[in-house]
Amino acid sequence: MNEASSVRWLIEASYFVAAILFIYGLKRMSSPVTARGGIVWAGAGMLVATLVTFLYPGMDNYILMMVAIALGGVLAWVSGKRVAMTDMPQMIALYNGMGGGAAAAIAAVELFGGEDHGLTFGILAVLGGLIGAVSFSGSMIAFAKLQGLMKSTVRFGGQQIFNLVLLAATLVLAAIIVVQQPGPELIAIFFVLALVLGVTMTLPIGGADMPVVISLYNALTGLAVAFEGFVLQNAAMIIAGTVVGAAGTLLTQLMAKAMNRSLGNVLFSGFGDTAAVASEVQGSMKAIEAADAGVMMAFANKVLIVPGYGMAVAQAQHKVWELAQILIERGVDVKFAIHPVAGRMPGHMNVLLAEAGVPYDVIYDEGEINAEFATADVALVIGANDVVNPVARTDPSSPIYGMPILNADKAKNVIVIKRGQGAGFSGIENALFFLDQTRMLYGDGQAMASELIQAVKSL
Amino acid sequence: MIDGFIALYIFMLAAFVGHEVIGRVPVILHTPLMSGSNFVHGIVLVGAMVALGRADSGLEMTIGFIGVFLAAGNAVGGYVVTERMLEMFKSSKEKR
Repeated sequence: MNEASSVRWLIEASYFVAAILFIYGLKRMSSPVTARGGIVWAGAGMLVATLVTFLYPGMDNYILMMVAIALGGVLAWVSGKRVAMTDMPQMIALYNGMGGGAAAAIAAVELFGGEDHGLTFGILAVLGGLIGAVSFSGSMIAFAKLQGLMKSTVRFGGQQIFNLVLLAATLVLAAIIVVQQPGPELIAIFFVLALVLGVTMTLPIGGADMPVVISLYNALTGLAVAFEGFVLQNAAMIIAGTVVGAAGTLLTQLMAKAMNRSLGNVLFSGFGDTAAVASEVQGSMKAIEAADAGVMMAFANKVLIVPGYGMAVAQAQHKVWELAQILIERGVDVKFAIHPVAGRMPGHMNVLLAEAGVPYDVIYDEGEINAEFATADVALVIGANDVVNPVARTDPSSPIYGMPILNADKAKNVIVIKRGQGAGFSGIENALFFLDQTRMLYGDGQAMASELIQAVKSL
Repeated sequence: MIDGFIALYIFMLAAFVGHEVIGRVPVILHTPLMSGSNFVHGIVLVGAMVALGRADSGLEMTIGFIGVFLAAGNAVGGYVVTERMLEMFKSSKEKR
């Protein structure tokens, strides 16, 4: 074996090992007990693959390469270490968009390079570039929205037709590029159109749908990476990209299903636009003071806590866990009930509660806990709205009809911590707030949790 | 050469692996797992390095540089946030 072919062998063997480590790492991440080790295994795979790539034959520009790696790596390291747990969704969107952008950049280099890759690889290069570019600009919009840098939804007349025409134009250009291999101008226009498409696709989508959208772009980036992997004949990219593409697609479907909506519905219709007139809710909202609510919980046998996005906004997770702990010390059976789409990402609430130190074995998801609401003395709803709205069970005319919800309305008493009297994100009145056994505790989540702690402690 | 049916087989098997791996994941790990898979497609870094390494015109080098920069951000950022999230997952039996 001469030197060139043994280097080649080393590279391929390292990529093979990296692929195994990625899959093993993801596998370990699927259980809370082994999850912490999973990311380390996957990280080892990434390190091996990256280092060995420096040996790749026929390469140049090493200085530029190392500067780019150092720059991107340091910026991401610092931002990743600093970001607050509540801002995790937009950070993941940002890093994911960067991956999509990188896939598009690979496609651009290959296409501008003007080499004839043949029909199959030409199609894969162009498709990967298109998907990567859409994922890049779409994820950046998702980031900007969640970070509060822009108004949450932008809609204009004929938006969907505009998007369809844009998609069609991009695909026609893609076909021309594959078949005719035109000059750089057309290729540049193709990438600009793809980037604009990502922006206009994401603009009309509201904040509550962002979990589904970020997950979708995560899957798309995976697919784009796999396609560019075929073009570059890189097995590690093909396998890792495809695994992420498939896993991300499944995760996206699970999330859309939890919201009782199809993916097409999330992407192509503004929430609430179709059925704006929800039925009138009977009754009135009854307020309660923190002191009385504290007494109610302190003398309960079982308290179920239902957190939602409002808890994340108020950064109230530490106070909520403190409250739960003093209740547990008093002998109250306290459990957390989490809806799959509460927050801005699947499992968002779990991450926040974990940050506050809540052990994962007192946290239950909707399927595990729903039967227990009937035996609960108090359901404490903090910052959650649509996911506890009983009209999803009772009112076929409601846009959220059929969505699986947490049955907080079955509890003997319901305490809702809420900023004001307005309707939720979807604009639908929440029938739970008007029930006889429901009391509203108006105020900021963190401040109210502190007052509840004081109330319980003073008993 | 990875092409034709070999490529299709790799694609098909990897897709099933991805589906299976995430199919049994409990809801509480959805965000870290999404973040973890986000890290895994950071492997695009090796492709971006090869693309930059082969680039010879100024335009190709510029785009290649941006590609490596973005990919490095994806890989490093994805690792850091995933590790931070998973570090917090502890059961009540473990000492904190």
